Amino acid sequence: MNRDEFPILNQELIYLDNSATTLKPKCVVDKMVDYYTQYTSNIHRGDYHNAIKTNKEYDKVRTIVKDFIHAKDEKEIVYTSGTTESLNMVAFGFFGQILKEADEVLITKAEHASNILPWLILQKNKKIKVSYIPLDENHELTVDNVLNSITSKTKVISIAHISNVIGDIRDIEAIGKICKENNIYLVVDAAQSVSHIPIDVKKANVSFLAFSAHKMVGPTGVGILYGKKALLDKMEPLKYGGGMNQGFESDSNYTLKEVPIKLEAGTPPIASVIGLGEAIRFIESIGVSKIHEHEYGLKQYLIKELEKIPNIVLYNKNSKSGIVTFNIRGVFSQDTSIYLNHYKIAIRAGNHCAKILKDDLNINNTCRLSIYLYNTKEEMDQVIKVLKNSKDIFKVVI
Amino acid sequence: MDKNIRREIILDHYQNPVNKGLTSEDGYIFQNTSSESCIDNIDMQLKCEDGVIKDIVFDGEACAICTSATSILIKTLIGKRIEEAEEIILNYKNMIHEREYNKELIGDLVVYEEVCMQPNRKMCALLPSNAIEKILEVIRNEKK
Repeated sequence: MNRDEFPILNQELIYLDNSATTLKPKCVVDKMVDYYTQYTSNIHRGDYHNAIKTNKEYDKVRTIVKDFIHAKDEKEIVYTSGTTESLNMVAFGFFGQILKEADEVLITKAEHASNILPWLILQKNKKIKVSYIPLDENHELTVDNVLNSITSKTKVISIAHISNVIGDIRDIEAIGKICKENNIYLVVDAAQSVSHIPIDVKKANVSFLAFSAHKMVGPTGVGILYGKKALLDKMEPLKYGGGMNQGFESDSNYTLKEVPIKLEAGTPPIASVIGLGEAIRFIESIGVSKIHEHEYGLKQYLIKELEKIPNIVLYNKNSKSGIVTFNIRGVFSQDTSIYLNHYKIAIRAGNHCAKILKDDLNINNTCRLSIYLYNTKEEMDQVIKVLKNSKDIFKVVI
Repeated sequence: MDKNIRREIILDHYQNPVNKGLTSEDGYIFQNTSSESCIDNIDMQLKCEDGVIKDIVFDGEACAICTSATSILIKTLIGKRIEEAEEIILNYKNMIHEREYNKELIGDLVVYEEVCMQPNRKMCALLPSNAIEKILEVIRNEKK
């Protein structure tokens, strides 16, 4: 779909590393170039024409994001540098202030480093307890396992909406209901889901939600933290400086602005925020559900064909996203990735920042092929053909 | 060296590396090595007596280039005096970085003479020598 809008696809390239970052359509790049070449100015402090236009374009994105994830209020949308910063703000700026010794945070072993390390640091510094909800035999998270893991000490459940290696879609609406009934905060890492499946933060009773623009056809360097207004009000900033303060005096008194501004110290990546708005407009012009249908359809086709190749080991046949995780039996994943690169196929090898999933998967490193809206059946056929002919892999990689 | 022979040597050491598996015996110095640019990750242990490398073992997960380079390096260095080992590593690194080097000194490590044509794989080839260099530095500091 919409391949013509991605200039990079004019070169010989089968891009299947979309879970790492997606390609960018021309409209997003143009929108940012327009800011840099036609009306560059800073936000919030200028009275001249270009500054007023910048303010308008920049502020408008909050409404676009709010509508996209079905939040209640623009004040619930905080611009950050990406999912990592958003999750760190949640852990240290909010939960670091309110959690007490022995309070429990539930995560899974399939989470990305950004949704594990901040909690481990809190465990060390605040003596909270981090526990892992067991995954099922397909390495997926079930609602039953969430329910069975909750204890009287559980205060937070922090999970990816779609996990980044297995690609299972977690039922956040059902989990959100459980959280509401048990008075638990729900934190959702939406980095892999926000541009792939619909999200409704109100319906799912999400306390905090984090995502990055660059995984949704937008620019790098910007992301979003959604938080319920009452919770963001209680969040302590991790950064202090310009823009976020109401005033300060030499007697050490200071007043901060209201959310979301109090959480956005310093000059933000203005062009990238404006680019994010355009990225969402682009995605909505196609429709998130249609994107999901397309990528999951291609995944099912690919799995059906790869299952016929005897030396391919598949790790996530059942998950319903566009992520396919595999290895060629007896070949180190990086060698497979280098082999595919020879045929201009871009995938990723490694542990994909989910470094403790190995406990569950019994393997450290895998090849991850991640599909997005511009991928085609012909590209899948080429992948299948190249993997079918992989018996001479070392003639290519050595 | 002929490309096919080179590939055969690399592949043989990748599929049947020497001294794979760590030891709990006394007298070994341990060093882990990994890189930001790839996913290779290996542990090495080296035993040195009276200035001579008596044994080197390794374990870990790494690509064909890294695993085979570790194996060939181990084979090349066992039995060498520390100064000789340092000289070999220096020349090996010079080869990988396309600088002048003495082919005679490095033995089978010459199979990596064209790794420089795939710049992102240089680190794969250099990981084991980086680990050995760190261990030799520890030994030198102990002597001081």
